[in-house]
Amino acid sequence: MEHTKSGPSSWPELADVVPVPQDDGPSPVVSIAYRDDFREVMDYFRALYLTGERSPRALRLTAEAIELNPGNYTVWHFRRLILESLDFDLLEEMKFVEKIAECNPKNYQIWHHKRWLAEKLGPGIANKEHEFTMKILAIDAKNYHAWSHRQWVLQALGGWETELEYCDHLLKEDVFNNSAWNQRYFVITRSPFLGGLAAMRDSEVDYTIEAILANAQNESPWRYLKGLYKGENNLLVEDERISAVCFKVLKNDWTCVFALSLLLDLLCTGLQPSDELRSTLETIRSSHPETADDDPAAAVCCILQKCDPLRVNYWSWFKDTLSQIS
Amino acid sequence: MDPSPQSTPPTGDDPAAAADPDLPRLTVTQVEQMKVEARVGDIYRSLFGAAPNTKSIMLELWRDQHIEYLTPGLRHMGPAFHVLDANRPWLCYWMVHPLALLDEALDDDLENDIIDFLARCQDKDGGYSGGPGQLPHLATTYAAVNTLVTIGSERALSSINRGNLYNFMLQMKDVSGAFRMHDGGEIDVRASYTAISVASLVNILDFKLAKGVGDYIARCQTYEGGIAGEPYAEAHGGYTFCGLAALILLNEAEKVDLPSLIGWVAFRQGVECGFQGRTNKLVDGCYSFWQGAAIAFTQKLITIVDKQLKSSYSCKRPSGEDACSTSSYGCTAKKSSSAVDYAKFGFDFIQQSNQIGPLFHNIALQQYILLCSQVLEGGLRDKPGKNRDHYHSCYCLSGLAVSQYSAMTDTGSCPLPQHVLGPYSNLLEPIHPLYNVVLDKYHTAYEFFSEE
Repeated sequence: MEHTKSGPSSWPELADVVPVPQDDGPSPVVSIAYRDDFREVMDYFRALYLTGERSPRALRLTAEAIELNPGNYTVWHFRRLILESLDFDLLEEMKFVEKIAECNPKNYQIWHHKRWLAEKLGPGIANKEHEFTMKILAIDAKNYHAWSHRQWVLQALGGWETELEYCDHLLKEDVFNNSAWNQRYFVITRSPFLGGLAAMRDSEVDYTIEAILANAQNESPWRYLKGLYKGENNLLVEDERISAVCFKVLKNDWTCVFALSLLLDLLCTGLQPSDELRSTLETIRSSHPETADDDPAAAVCCILQKCDPLRVNYWSWFKDTLSQIS
Repeated sequence: MDPSPQSTPPTGDDPAAAADPDLPRLTVTQVEQMKVEARVGDIYRSLFGAAPNTKSIMLELWRDQHIEYLTPGLRHMGPAFHVLDANRPWLCYWMVHPLALLDEALDDDLENDIIDFLARCQDKDGGYSGGPGQLPHLATTYAAVNTLVTIGSERALSSINRGNLYNFMLQMKDVSGAFRMHDGGEIDVRASYTAISVASLVNILDFKLAKGVGDYIARCQTYEGGIAGEPYAEAHGGYTFCGLAALILLNEAEKVDLPSLIGWVAFRQGVECGFQGRTNKLVDGCYSFWQGAAIAFTQKLITIVDKQLKSSYSCKRPSGEDACSTSSYGCTAKKSSSAVDYAKFGFDFIQQSNQIGPLFHNIALQQYILLCSQVLEGGLRDKPGKNRDHYHSCYCLSGLAVSQYSAMTDTGSCPLPQHVLGPYSNLLEPIHPLYNVVLDKYHTAYEFFSEE
């Protein structure tokens, strides 16, 4: 009576249920000192789970158990069986899971449950799902679960029309948000409305170069740029904008690791000599005379060993490997 | 050449610089990163300024404190741990494994009680659940089996019902070849790794379980080079470990583009000296293991790496044909018979010497773990300012072990003192990194299950 919320032992509909305590054995290990309310709910839950009772009272109990521990996948699983048996209103259920998700946005079970619901509800729910992930991503723009869910909804239920705009919006907010870059890659390669990577590549290269020039220390667009030519190294080398952005960045800061690293890739893939390449290499060699006799790729490796000391092992290995395989 | 991390002390820029109207607005990522760099920078500056004596104390692994933190939890956990009520085998593993790394033996009663408890988590139809009476789950199965292998007694190893476990795993297999976590549960790379690791460890891995897993994992490699939880998601350290370890246990490492995977992981080590989990995210001690072990694996995969590099750089002539795709390596004709001895792949891998030295900064990583992840009262943490927990204690110490042993090229010897940061007494027990169990217990289990 005193409690604002009373436990299942006081629920009239559970009067005939005998709670089943957890059997941890005579000398338990990793034994959790459960609070009384937790123990009570779980003991009643166990009683109905063991008999497999799919009833409204069992559904109510699963809700209690989930609120106390949303990581209990067994409870969620049983809840899905009950929902199916009772032919429960799935939109109501969506409200329930969203309420839980807002307090526990990094929990596998919640997002899995949401995916299960969305699959049953079909394409009509797509926009609502996108609104929800947007809400979660507004709090934490890199929430892995939210992004996975969003990608699944796009593929299974649609809603691609405004997704590129959304990526652009997030990148305008925080151009370092790698999750948004990853989503952008997903959209340009998978959206049924954009024609795929081959059709998008040209404009994406421009977009990415702009981001690189705005902040050359941002790794995300450098990786994205290379990704635009994934598996097509020959085209990467042929696109003059790629080497040009390397030269441009290196002209300002010849120690920029991302630019040097991409230039190295280009050199390994057969970048043709040019005036800009020659002048960039001259700058590098003049500050590091010991590289004078090295071929261009080896010289760039040497510079990287110097200006990227945390990755000195990596660059040394790379340099050795190049000399062996070429 | 100065390989020490001292050459790149974090600058510790003041985030307040954001207030200057002439500077471009700093984004959330930049501000959060600066805060961490400032904190880590303070710690490193105090190290470099310290007298040699103090320095050596600062770089000590506080073994006794960690043991003191880890041991009591094996019996009792406070009420706040109710949120881990469906992860109790994990709690066992997160304590038993780091204690084994610290070479701290458990008393026999406790070991037997753990075996009895895990037997209560073992489902009558196979697999282990998060607690007595719950549904069997692949992740808790992995935690339970690794715990039992780490205990290593005959009673522990024979308590695993391998026949039922095999049936459970077959039921968790999706038509795509990938695994789902539990009946009706989610499908991701984690599920595939935990299934393959357990199956390999207890010698029940066969073609039926293995089929299609490698192709699924290969589909999860992203344009960045790392592996994601599901196809098209973002490259992530945890999934990169899971994916690569599973591929090696299947002898299918050539299915991913290894040079790009190595390049991605190498770049995840940052100025803080530790690893981040994803591009432009914050450093976290647990990735010392996930990223550290993944890149350490590649020291034994150099033959494949060289072959892939040669192929991707061989097409120097500018032509339209798609000759550069490294994915062409993924189609090596695979044995389709059940005659393949899958348990051998994990065994041969650990027998084999490293072909090259570490590709990450093994000393810098130890510096981050010792100075930024250790908590004075015992236990390890994500980063300065965070609380310790069992998960981070387990994976920071696992990562420390990986980095201490990563510079060895002869499997039979001990690491040289210069590869162990701080006093040599910091050296942990070696692990089998594909399963993340201590090496001698792995060998015991390997022999035990070879005879089964």
